Amino acid sequence: MFNLAIGLGVVLLLAILFLIFRISSLIGVAKGNTDKLETSSNKINGAMFLVFLVGTGFLFFWYSFKEFENYNLPVASEHGSEYEFLFWTTMAVTGVVFVLTQILLFYFSWKYQYKENSKALFYPENNKLEVVWTFVPAVVLAILVFTGWRVWTDITAPAPENTNNIEIMGYQFAWGVRYPGLDGELGNSDYRVIEATNSFGIDFNDKASYDDFIPREMHIPKGEPVTFNIRARDVLHSVFAPHFRLKMDAVPGMPTSFTFTATKSTEEMREELNDPEFNYEIACTEVCGRGHYSMKLTLIVDEPEDYRAWYAEQESFLKRNPEYLTKVPSDLKELAILKTGIDNKELD
Amino acid sequence: MSTTAEVNIGQDVQHDEHHDHEQSFISKYIFTTDHKMIGKQFLITGIMWGLIGVGMSVIFRLQLGFPEMQLTWLKPLLGGWISETGQLDPEFYLALVTMHGTIMVFFVLTAGLSGTFSNYLIPLQIGARDMASGFMNMLSYWFFFASSVVMMSSIFIETGPAAGGWVVYPPLSALPQAIQGSQLGMTLWLVAMVFFIVSMLLGGINYITTVINLRTEGMSFSRLPLTIWAFFLTAVIGLLSFPVLFAAALLLVFDRSFGTSFYLSDIYIGGEALPNMGGSPILYQHLFWFLGHPEVYIVLLPALGITSEVIATNSRKPIFGYRAMIGSMLGITVLSFVVWAHHMFVSGLNPFLGSVFMFLTLIIAIPSAVKVFNYLTTLWKGNIIFTPATLFSIGLVSFFISGGLTGIFLGNSVIDIQLHDTYFVVAHFHLVMGSLSIFGLLAGVYHWFPKMFGRMMDEKLGHIHFWMTFIGVYMIFFPMHYIGIAGFPRRYYSWTNFDAFSSYTDLNMFVSIAAFVTVAAQFLFLFNFFYSMYRGKKAPQNPWRSNTLEWTTPIEPGHGNWPGEIPKVYRWPYDYSKPGAEKDFIPQHIPLSQTPESNLDHEVELAKKEVVDKTADAKSNA
Repeated sequence: MFNLAIGLGVVLLLAILFLIFRISSLIGVAKGNTDKLETSSNKINGAMFLVFLVGTGFLFFWYSFKEFENYNLPVASEHGSEYEFLFWTTMAVTGVVFVLTQILLFYFSWKYQYKENSKALFYPENNKLEVVWTFVPAVVLAILVFTGWRVWTDITAPAPENTNNIEIMGYQFAWGVRYPGLDGELGNSDYRVIEATNSFGIDFNDKASYDDFIPREMHIPKGEPVTFNIRARDVLHSVFAPHFRLKMDAVPGMPTSFTFTATKSTEEMREELNDPEFNYEIACTEVCGRGHYSMKLTLIVDEPEDYRAWYAEQESFLKRNPEYLTKVPSDLKELAILKTGIDNKELD
Repeated sequence: MSTTAEVNIGQDVQHDEHHDHEQSFISKYIFTTDHKMIGKQFLITGIMWGLIGVGMSVIFRLQLGFPEMQLTWLKPLLGGWISETGQLDPEFYLALVTMHGTIMVFFVLTAGLSGTFSNYLIPLQIGARDMASGFMNMLSYWFFFASSVVMMSSIFIETGPAAGGWVVYPPLSALPQAIQGSQLGMTLWLVAMVFFIVSMLLGGINYITTVINLRTEGMSFSRLPLTIWAFFLTAVIGLLSFPVLFAAALLLVFDRSFGTSFYLSDIYIGGEALPNMGGSPILYQHLFWFLGHPEVYIVLLPALGITSEVIATNSRKPIFGYRAMIGSMLGITVLSFVVWAHHMFVSGLNPFLGSVFMFLTLIIAIPSAVKVFNYLTTLWKGNIIFTPATLFSIGLVSFFISGGLTGIFLGNSVIDIQLHDTYFVVAHFHLVMGSLSIFGLLAGVYHWFPKMFGRMMDEKLGHIHFWMTFIGVYMIFFPMHYIGIAGFPRRYYSWTNFDAFSSYTDLNMFVSIAAFVTVAAQFLFLFNFFYSMYRGKKAPQNPWRSNTLEWTTPIEPGHGNWPGEIPKVYRWPYDYSKPGAEKDFIPQHIPLSQTPESNLDHEVELAKKEVVDKTADAKSNA
């Protein structure tokens, strides 16, 4: 019943609008004189451009300043500050161009609206002008590109020797994290040996894998280079850590990496933001299926000494899952037991 | 001057018989080879697709703006895609986003824009009786139609349409166990795209051949309207890039159905390790974006061409820098092929390649900037008449600026690290590619409606339609920049899982409401369009007092366009407000020798030659 009433209301409203339209167009016909250009609506449209310019211009500046703290995420990595510099330089340059050209566009539209007695200026070309506005943008863009390029080569430079390697693996719909253990070297993996427990497909033929550990929480040290070794198990994913200005796709069959240095520990960030609940987050930014929007990984940045302490506490994968010792080649078993720190008594 | 020509044509109509022969309904409206009817077929089909594509965005904007909302009332339409608790299914959300992208980019902005106006305007503006091959042209539409049928049917199947984003990156799109949409829906998507590509190639070959071979006497390339230049270059881009998409799709078909490993390697999914080894998902991305980026210019250039024509005509001024406009379009055409990998800065691409593509990408900003400055100078000291088409063209230039400038951020590989696949990208391409091209399409419809249907659209409704749409589009897409800078990822069903993205619910609500209002405003256009087709004011011969040749045909041109001889062309199409001339426009078919009062210095010489040519003609005829 209610729906019917709404439906009838809508039909009535449409009918009224249609009648208004009919009457106004009939009046137009009755007035005749279709050859003459209509100047009244021309004035209104011209004025509207100015109103639009002022109105949206105000909204743009007001909102951009009011919300600055909210949309501009705090930076927590070394290259992040260079990113910020580049971003805001580009913003300044394009901002000036944006405001100027939009003002010209709408001002011209208003100023040069049709007037019966005026005639447009026949002004087909001016090569000097064309040259000027080809070269000026070219130079400005060249400067932007060069600064961008230098930062880009820094960010993508090979990881330093002393970097902390951490593996991040994307799968539907979560992230897995693996640390290299005390030897600092991530063991090989092979997707063909993946199982429910060995979700990384750790290859136990590789000696480096015996002390690898898969922690419950992800930690990284502050002030030291960290390399994310990124891979995917099923479809494309993308590691995105917004506070670190970090993003890199996770590709099945093609490992990728991203090296960065965190500059603020989780504690420091909590103080800065006055938010005791704050945590760094990693999100997925390459559409990967039903749970794409829920691929969250929390990441804790520690002071280096806290990090070391946490690191030392972690138990290796083999120690937690000693049944996998059977997968270790027999000649390496001794070494594996030694490296993983499995108590021989436990084994018996 | 122009009136005499019109009178002559009017007389010709009356005793012209062999062009206006009776056609059956089927050969006139369905399997027609007349470029004008084919153009209209593309337009109507494009509008229908536009409604569907936009309708999908309404549903996902409901989800994004009002995530708590009970959507049970949509059950009659969406059935099982609405859960028992009245929520939209997350997989169907992805399917909606995917189909919205596919439909808008390919079916509306490629077929609907370039299919309509290239078909409709090329023969009329270059002075040809029809396309080079009317039959191929007909095939082009019907392949598009077949593609539409297949794509449409994929919306109604149980597992839903393709859902891996409009770019359909494998492995997600290759593995039926990864997402429901990659089952039958994806197969239909690929089949539809193959038909679509065939259609675009048939059309493109035709446009190119027609422009090169069928120009009327005097219509040199340096006298072509900028619309034709734009359609011509668009067709060239399409012809060179669509085959690559075809290849990408074909390899994907092989991977999906025949067990090959072009894009697949090292995959463990659904509890089993797949046998595929050695493929690379990055290969697909290269192939896809080799079309995908030129595709941006395939939808952009026709819109810019239409704008050039409309702005020049209605500001009663020659387009400023005609040569520079052509030069910048040529520049864009060439550069569009060497910038594709800027979509892949963080795909794991070699960083060196990233640098190369950053350089090339920022170069393409230069011809675009030149175009903007030329539009501004064309408006400067004009005498602008705000027809709805003019308004949409000015709006288009505004979008070109707003969306073009954000491209400078995204083209910079460093800045792209943070902004890639966030709402900043969504804002960027919806302004510069989506809204810009839609505005070009609307400007074109308002401008050439009188030629297409012999009647005028209602101006006032057009004005209201423009202002609601223009303000609406800015209200939808401008706020997205802010959440983009804040890092909100795109294609997210909901952001509440993340602390970093859980703010701005008010902004998302605002965007959704703006979207609903803007969509509602489009019904004004639809009403205006269909109502005016039958009941609009009768169109005069040359309603916008325009220079181009299409306005010399009868008000409702028949098969063959000009009943008598095809007019010759003596001048460029932008002689507006020429000093000394009696009227503020001189159409292209008026000989220079008839306008001695307004001829420029170099034209005086040309005018003399003209006379000589005419006498030579007369002699040879005798």
